[in-house]
Amino acid sequence: MSHETLQIIWYLLIAILWIGFFFLEGFDFGVGMLLPFLGKKDEERRAIINTIGPVWDGNEVWLLTAGGATFAAFPHWYASMFSGFYLALFLLLVGLIMRGISFEYRSKSPDPAWRNRFDWMIAIGSFLASLLLGAAFANLLRGVPIDAEGNYTTANGIMTVLGLLNPFGILGGLTTVAVFLLHGANFLGLKLEGELKKRADELSKKLWIVAVVLYLVLTVFTYISGYWQRGMVNPGIIPITAVVTLLVAGYFINQQRDGWAFIMVALNIVLTQVTFFSIMFPNVMISSLNPEWNLTIYNSSSSAYTLTVMSIVALIFVPIVLAYQAWTYWMFRKRVTTDKKSLVY
Amino acid sequence: MDTTTLILSQWQFAMTSIYHWLFVPLTLGLGWFVAYFQTRYYQTRDESWRKHAKFWGKLFLINFAIGVVTGIVQEFQFGMNWSEYSRFVGDIFGAPLAVEALLAFFMESTFLGVWIFGEGKVPEKVHLASIWLAALGSNLSAIWILIANGWMQHPVGYTIVDGRAQMTDFFAVIGNPKAWVMIWHTLADGLTMASFLLLAVSAWHLVRKNNVPFFKTSFQTGALVGLVASVVLFLGGHTMGQLMFETQPMKFAALEAHWETSAPADFSILTIGDLSGRREVWSLRVPAVLSFLACNNFSCEVPGVYELQAQYEAQYGAGQYIPLMVVTYWSFRIMMTFGFIMIAASAWYLWSSRKSGYENAKWLKYVPLTSLVMMYSANMSGWILTEMGRQPWIVQGLLKVQDAVSPKLTALDLTISLIGYVALYGALAVVMVKLMLKYAKAGPEAAMHESVDVAPALVGAQD
Repeated sequence: MSHETLQIIWYLLIAILWIGFFFLEGFDFGVGMLLPFLGKKDEERRAIINTIGPVWDGNEVWLLTAGGATFAAFPHWYASMFSGFYLALFLLLVGLIMRGISFEYRSKSPDPAWRNRFDWMIAIGSFLASLLLGAAFANLLRGVPIDAEGNYTTANGIMTVLGLLNPFGILGGLTTVAVFLLHGANFLGLKLEGELKKRADELSKKLWIVAVVLYLVLTVFTYISGYWQRGMVNPGIIPITAVVTLLVAGYFINQQRDGWAFIMVALNIVLTQVTFFSIMFPNVMISSLNPEWNLTIYNSSSSAYTLTVMSIVALIFVPIVLAYQAWTYWMFRKRVTTDKKSLVY
Repeated sequence: MDTTTLILSQWQFAMTSIYHWLFVPLTLGLGWFVAYFQTRYYQTRDESWRKHAKFWGKLFLINFAIGVVTGIVQEFQFGMNWSEYSRFVGDIFGAPLAVEALLAFFMESTFLGVWIFGEGKVPEKVHLASIWLAALGSNLSAIWILIANGWMQHPVGYTIVDGRAQMTDFFAVIGNPKAWVMIWHTLADGLTMASFLLLAVSAWHLVRKNNVPFFKTSFQTGALVGLVASVVLFLGGHTMGQLMFETQPMKFAALEAHWETSAPADFSILTIGDLSGRREVWSLRVPAVLSFLACNNFSCEVPGVYELQAQYEAQYGAGQYIPLMVVTYWSFRIMMTFGFIMIAASAWYLWSSRKSGYENAKWLKYVPLTSLVMMYSANMSGWILTEMGRQPWIVQGLLKVQDAVSPKLTALDLTISLIGYVALYGALAVVMVKLMLKYAKAGPEAAMHESVDVAPALVGAQD
């Protein structure tokens, strides 16, 4: 296979990893953020955590694999993005650490103050991670001040954090938070029962309105700013379909059809990512200083040899991973109750 | 790039890596123990084995959680702090990292979830397979990261194109002998650490006469596996030394404070250097032993640091090629000393525990603390030796640490992140140690309940 074909394949594969990550961890970030608000009593909070208990760690591996694949396939992209977003990624890591540790530790002491502290750490960690990922992706689209060597020129991580907080970045972050919250509430509607399920369904209706408003503003902003015109691919009707799926989700939420509501928001997340990766292509980092300095899949990739080796590995193992991960969702498909005996975390 | 950001980056990487590595080896080894206990239970239906799986499984999970969350930092840090390194090695180093995630991380996290949540919900065979797969997954992850690290110690299967390393032979990279000796040494280290945790916790309970039959089983299992694993660990270390002599002669000379080239070469029992750590003041030596360590015969020539320094200057240009000798020298000694004591101690524990009344023996009360001190000191100093001994190289002979750091980071960025990590990791350590002690002390009865609030009286009473 030609080097160029391999570069496109790896761009697609990394896109798929991010899509998988946003779809899967999207709802468990959402569940995490909703935890202290939706769960009033301890066993309710435990039930909420148990809905994602067996799967959250596997979901997070999608992020690690996306990072590792970027390192292997596009080292310059990895180097520029990770060093450029230095403090933002540091905060993302803080969020992920707070969250990850809390799932395992929160029920390990009966002390209500201990548990409450970890519940809030789950919520804050999930919020930080969602907000920063959304803001980072929005800024990738908007363009960042990288020089001819692919390094951030502001030369200061504080500036890059503040730099992420431009209106478009903030909007991207907040929209991501809102959509993840909605996705989480829909997931809880599917996984819980009784009073707790009702609460999740009610919340879902309100969150839908917020998510739709933010999503529409983000779409219009992206369109007017022309950020979508920098690459080679016209996304066509994909972004419109994304908007439609989100709107249709509202119908299903009101009809109490949890499964369809979940699928529609999931589709919205997937299509949003498809839109993102279409309008970026073939760029991976857009320089706001000079279009000549853009990092593309062609000037940031590994050698044809490495990409070939990695393609063979991926071809063998990605289907296996997908199969057993899907299987665990099937294994744990039953709804979670607040019955203490059935709870683990 | 200025020196402040370089030094801060080095401190941050050292701190986060050492911290991460405090938890990982225990995870690597303990997983196998838990899988073994779980297997025994499904074979025999003896409730005691189930308790073993649950009790040691709880300690495994508390430990595992920190290893997981701090592991994400490790993966991200290459790009965040060492972007020039990432650009230079990405073609080669990124591959094992990506494979690690795809092959190992998915496996351990998914199947650990199945094991934790699946008891009574999934078929027993699936439940049993899941803990074996989780243990296998975590060890596979170590294998891939050591293939990556092995390449930094001894680059193979590459060519340099436009100032960047490019992979030419994937099988040379994954078959790197340096990596496989490290894998041998490290996986054995994991089992040794886990064995000594079993010994420490069991001895603590045996002294207090809690659940004597239960902890006798654990103690003996720990002693047996500990003896075998620590011997295998030693053999791996010895082989690694010989490989190091061939591939990283400077590291080999530095860990011995071997200044002048000689044949045969002496082994230093104790050497005192001056404050710079680069000049010898006084030394006590055994003739010819270093030659034996290097090449299995008592007369071969071992080049000293001065000659190697001159040789490297001729090859790579002016610069300091001698690692911080005081660190390499002492970390080697700490590792060796505790390593040997651990072999002897596990043999002694195994021998003593064949008699029935050993839970009354006086020496038992020293086991918990000494085990923990030895296992963590030996483990930590081994890695410090491996990484510090390679200085100034980040990739042996190809790229120096000073050329690897992210060029645009400022001292302020690094100060913020370093303080952040220290605070966060410090808090995690406090919580984690508290939980480990609590669950270790609470014993197997409390661990039988999935969540502690079912048995608050039992667990709370120990607080």
